[in-house]
Amino acid sequence: MQDTMTAGSKAVLSSDALQALIVALARQGYTVLGPRVRDGAIVYDEIASSGDLPAGFRDRQDAGRYGLEPREDGAFFGYAAGPQSWKRFLHPPAQTLWSAQKTPDGFTISREEVSVPKLAFLGVRACDLDAIAIQDRVFCEGPYRDEAYATRRANVFIVAVNCSQAGGTCFCVSMQSGPKADTGFDLSLTELLDGTQHRFLAEVGSEAGAALLAELPHEPTTGAHLAAADAIIDNTAKQMGRHLDTDGLKELLQASLSHPRWEEVARRCLSCGNCTMVCPTCFCTTVEDHTSLDGFSATHVKKWDSCFTLDFSYVHGGAVRTSGAARYRQWMTHKLASWIDQFGTPGCVGCGRCITWCPTGIDITEEAAAIRASQCVKEESDGGA
Amino acid sequence: MGEADLSLAPLSDPFVPELYRTVRVTRELRDTVTLELAPLSGKRPAFEPGQFNMLYAFGVGESAISISGDPAEEGTFVHTVRNVGAVSKALSALEAGAAAGLRGPFGTSWPVEGAEGSDVVIVAGGLGLAPLRPAIYHILANRDRYGRVSILYGCRNPGDILYRHELEQWRQRLDVDLTVTVDHADASWHGNAGVVPSLIKRTAFDPHDTVAMVCGPEIMMRYSMNALRGAGVSEKRIYLSMERNMKCAIGLCGHCQFGPEFVCKDGPVVPYSKVARIFALREI
Ligand SMILES: Cc1cc2nc3c(=O)[nH]c(=O)nc-3n(C[C@H](O)[C@H](O)[C@H](O)COP(=O)(O)OP(=O)(O)OC[C@H]3O[C@@H](n4cnc5c(N)ncnc54)[C@H](O)[C@@H]3O)c2cc1C
Ligand code: SF4
Ligand code: SF4
Ligand code: FES
Repeated sequence: MQDTMTAGSKAVLSSDALQALIVALARQGYTVLGPRVRDGAIVYDEIASSGDLPAGFRDRQDAGRYGLEPREDGAFFGYAAGPQSWKRFLHPPAQTLWSAQKTPDGFTISREEVSVPKLAFLGVRACDLDAIAIQDRVFCEGPYRDEAYATRRANVFIVAVNCSQAGGTCFCVSMQSGPKADTGFDLSLTELLDGTQHRFLAEVGSEAGAALLAELPHEPTTGAHLAAADAIIDNTAKQMGRHLDTDGLKELLQASLSHPRWEEVARRCLSCGNCTMVCPTCFCTTVEDHTSLDGFSATHVKKWDSCFTLDFSYVHGGAVRTSGAARYRQWMTHKLASWIDQFGTPGCVGCGRCITWCPTGIDITEEAAAIRASQCVKEESDGGA
Repeated sequence: MGEADLSLAPLSDPFVPELYRTVRVTRELRDTVTLELAPLSGKRPAFEPGQFNMLYAFGVGESAISISGDPAEEGTFVHTVRNVGAVSKALSALEAGAAAGLRGPFGTSWPVEGAEGSDVVIVAGGLGLAPLRPAIYHILANRDRYGRVSILYGCRNPGDILYRHELEQWRQRLDVDLTVTVDHADASWHGNAGVVPSLIKRTAFDPHDTVAMVCGPEIMMRYSMNALRGAGVSEKRIYLSMERNMKCAIGLCGHCQFGPEFVCKDGPVVPYSKVARIFALREI
């Protein structure tokens, strides 16, 4: 069999090859980041070996709820999106942009040099791949580019994992972002477990991915492997915990800015901003200026911000969005409607994190459905009149 | 993925201010000064009327401040700053010779070219005259290209009237219709009293061939939109300058959103038709 790999090439790996993959990435100078169990949740952090992966865990997610449970089959990737996304590595929570130094006749400004580690992301789900693609548009395709982001992004190697188990708050099928990773990866894996054998179907997404796969011990695929992988993805697609009807949703929301539902959800919303922090596409930042104690140097630091804070919309005289209703409306209409005007895609990939990590269990799909339902009632009664 | 192009790093980073020196400070009002800033090196970038810069005061932070100077003059940026908080206070305290940081210019501009051949109605409230002043300079310098030109300016109190000396000069011109009004007249005031939108219906312009440019507090702009539309001016030919919290000015921080618009890059100057759907709503 010919062994030249190109994008789209597939091969079968044994579960031991996962260790070989991590070693090969490290040898190429990558810091490998992947899922690990910490404080009762699956987070992304540095991993040294496949033994660090959360094998034998599954998660239970619902609105405002998250928990890990053991699973029998020893799957490495048998869980859905955890509280963190890859956003923190590409768009760090705090970043010094520049600093200023006092001089006898004024001051000087020096740009912060961006240190660019080579990062390999192991276990990126389809929804999160789409989220990365969305942030690429936000940061790299406007009239101004975020160079620090672009530089970090260009140095990332991505190993995607197709989901074999949907979470209770997932709705990637509605957002057409998953459960299968179609593009945006160097290599993708589908975990195949059939009771006797534990293998991965690997698919090449880039030249770098092809080169890496060629280094790993692998076997050719058979029709049975491909059929098994397809069946896993079909099954995951049927397990979606949530559903969002996106048909005409942008227009619907933009026509519903005075809807009473905003007041209703505001009674449950704490304006804590958790939803924006866990969201893999939310990109808003603020800046803070700090001065040294002697007053001679100053830094200008960019930090994640949330549209749920009062300060976010502050202008002289007071915040524009004083009510919780206006802030929730801003967030949800941005995600599902105005983002489309701005970037040609919704700002939601259906990962479900905002639902799971909301302390009061507010559910974006339920809020959208409620607005749609009352809108339909209104139309019907208008029509019937 | 792995092979994205790293060679695109630009010469200057849009997040990093350039250094400027204060060359002149003019006290306009009790709480307002006009600063003239010259680049420490290189040429002052060109700008269009209505654009703004991000001014940085050492250690305190940055603020969006409109350019209030004459676009035909080279060498410096002119900014009129009202002291309302930490950054604007530090900027207002700059003295001749003091250093400041500056990024820009940013944003969209008044349609001074698109308005050629038409009547022009400029409606300003309070400090809103500052971002309109470059447009006024341009229009007056090219007066023969426009139809009737009216400037309607309203302030809360007589003591808030900006650029008094220039207003007096413009008023002496026979080819400009300038009206100043105050909300609260006192014994020293012998001019018009009342809010500026109420002047619109007393102003002579051809509603079918007029471009209006409006800047001031949001409530004043709301009434002005109503008055201009009531007079028959098309929403597409009424321009306003929006104000929203701004941290980056380059479309990356999300703070300045107004519905789908990023005020920093899709504005601040927008045709009313673009925002009419949401302009009257609260807390957008
Ligand atoms: C496009 C544009 C043009 C402007 N032009 C001028 C001008 O020509 N002259 C002038 O004096 N002012 C102008 N402003 C307003 C000026 O930016 C604010 O007054 C200033 O940022 C207040 O900052 P502060 O630290 O002094 O006040 P604080 O009250 O301490 O502000 C805290 C933070 O809130 C934000 N903020 C507060 N008020 C405003 C505001 N009105 N607009 C935007 N962000 C605000 C800033 O991010 C600021 O850092 C303009 C604003 C915009 C958006
Ligand atoms: S809005 Fe919620 S479901 Fe959508 S991408 Fe963000 S966190 Fe995930
Ligand atoms: S929706 Fe939930 S997570 Fe988001 S701010 Fe409100 S309470 Fe917090
Ligand atoms: S000011 Fe940052 S996006 Fe407009």
